[in-house]
Amino acid sequence: MTIKVNKFKCGYCGACVGVCPAGALELVETWIEVDDNCTSCGICAKICPLGAIEVSR
Amino acid sequence: MKDYYDVVVVGAGPAGSITAKTAAEKGLSVLLIEKRQEIGDPVRCAEGVSKVWLRKHINPESRWICADVKGSRIFSPDGTMIEMAEEVAGGEVGYVLERKLFDRVLAYESAKAGAQVFVKTRATGLIIEDDFVKGVRLMHWGQEYDVRCKIVIGADGIESKVGRWAGIDTSLKPVNIETCAQFLMSGTGIDQDYCYFYLGNEMAPSGYVWIFPKGGGLANVGIGILGSKSGKKTAFEYLNDFVADKYPDARILEVDVGGVPVSGSIERTTANGLMLVGDAARQSDPITGGGIINAMEAGRIAGEVACNAISEDDVSVERLNEYEEKWRSTIGLEIDNSLVVKNVFINFTDKELDGLAHSLQDVNFSSMSLLDLLYALFKANKKLLWDLRGLFRNVVKNELDFDH
Ligand SMILES: Cc1cc2nc3c(=O)[nH]c(=O)nc-3n(C[C@H](O)[C@H](O)[C@H](O)COP(=O)(O)OP(=O)(O)OC[C@H]3O[C@@H](n4cnc5c(N)ncnc54)[C@H](O)[C@@H]3O)c2cc1C
Repeated sequence: MTIKVNKFKCGYCGACVGVCPAGALELVETWIEVDDNCTSCGICAKICPLGAIEVSR
Repeated sequence: MKDYYDVVVVGAGPAGSITAKTAAEKGLSVLLIEKRQEIGDPVRCAEGVSKVWLRKHINPESRWICADVKGSRIFSPDGTMIEMAEEVAGGEVGYVLERKLFDRVLAYESAKAGAQVFVKTRATGLIIEDDFVKGVRLMHWGQEYDVRCKIVIGADGIESKVGRWAGIDTSLKPVNIETCAQFLMSGTGIDQDYCYFYLGNEMAPSGYVWIFPKGGGLANVGIGILGSKSGKKTAFEYLNDFVADKYPDARILEVDVGGVPVSGSIERTTANGLMLVGDAARQSDPITGGGIINAMEAGRIAGEVACNAISEDDVSVERLNEYEEKWRSTIGLEIDNSLVVKNVFINFTDKELDGLAHSLQDVNFSSMSLLDLLYALFKANKKLLWDLRGLFRNVVKNELDFDH
């Protein structure tokens, strides 16, 4: 279970990191890293201002 | 970089830089780290700030001020306009900044006060021993370092991890974040003396569109919508629709995106050896989304408390409660009031928003505070705004006093 961040769309603003209940995301300079704690809950995809995140279940 | 400091500040936004500056001025050894290679960039802000409050932290300089704003024009969904002069707008407007420069200047201020500043340096974890935060793990140019200290300050913005590492859950529910997109545009033709706000659920569900002048014919045109209303359509798509409709011929010179915490005060912003400030502590205003001033205010308090605690050799969560008390009794009160207004505002239909605007048509705005404005709204719309009554305890008390 994880998410896919489209790096060509991502604006690396960190909003997804702020909403992740599992603390699975991190904004590393200009890209998002996802770790094993991701539950594919989809909150990040919902609030991403650019629609850059896709949930794969 | 040394391996020991009194204070390590994570994040060089307004909150972190003011904390670092305050602590360094008090004689503490301070390390300020910023993961970006350029402080302030990319911008996550509409850059509007109150003049009065800004001056409490730094003397305004023309090189980082883009526009000097006289007032606000607020439009309800049917186009009814309410105009507020500067003193009326509650200080939410005043200057429009160039944050890319402003943030760097604030970091420089901390350096002048004696703080060490390292960019492209990211905190990757905390050193925790005996339930006390004792330092940070850093990544700097691909190398890992441990830096120990007496107090860590989490000033790491919306994406804050520092609090979580110390066991404070700062994650935001969708209903507690405004998701935002903004264009820097030329050719909007707006009056550069005013900030513009557009309300309406079609245009910006549980949020608003803003247009802030950036000088020289430029403007920040942006939108924030409540996270719970985002998904099928993104903030970026809402913004594109607004711009296509209103400014089809204007040009886009920059794109900015970001999230603003609108949760109101969170339960805890301290742990043993740790304080959270600014967006990391979710201290932005739940109704306006403004967070620069609160970040700076919290930073100053945290810097002072760090000095007091370290001089008494006690950095326990009990000792750091001075920070909790000071911010909650100052900026915290305003944040709590704004949360009440937010909770009412996000449920308004367009018809209700129009009704509210119409009810103000005959009100004279020449000398009103924002609270007076809300009270005028309340008096004319008691049923709709009943949940706001708590805000007016003092206003009502004064009026009663008058009767005597
Ligand atoms: C679209 C938008 C419009 C806004 N408009 C306004 C406005 O008009 N007026 C206003 O007052 N406020 C506005 N705000 C809010 C305002 O931008 C924030 O409240 C303010 O920037 C908070 O300051 P801060 O120092 O707490 O955090 P930030 O300015 O976000 O700074 C945090 C810093 O920490 C760094 N960082 C994060 N993690 C790490 C790490 N692990 N290691 C090292 N560094 C790290 C980040 O790179 C960043 O530089 C807006 C926000 C958005 C998104």
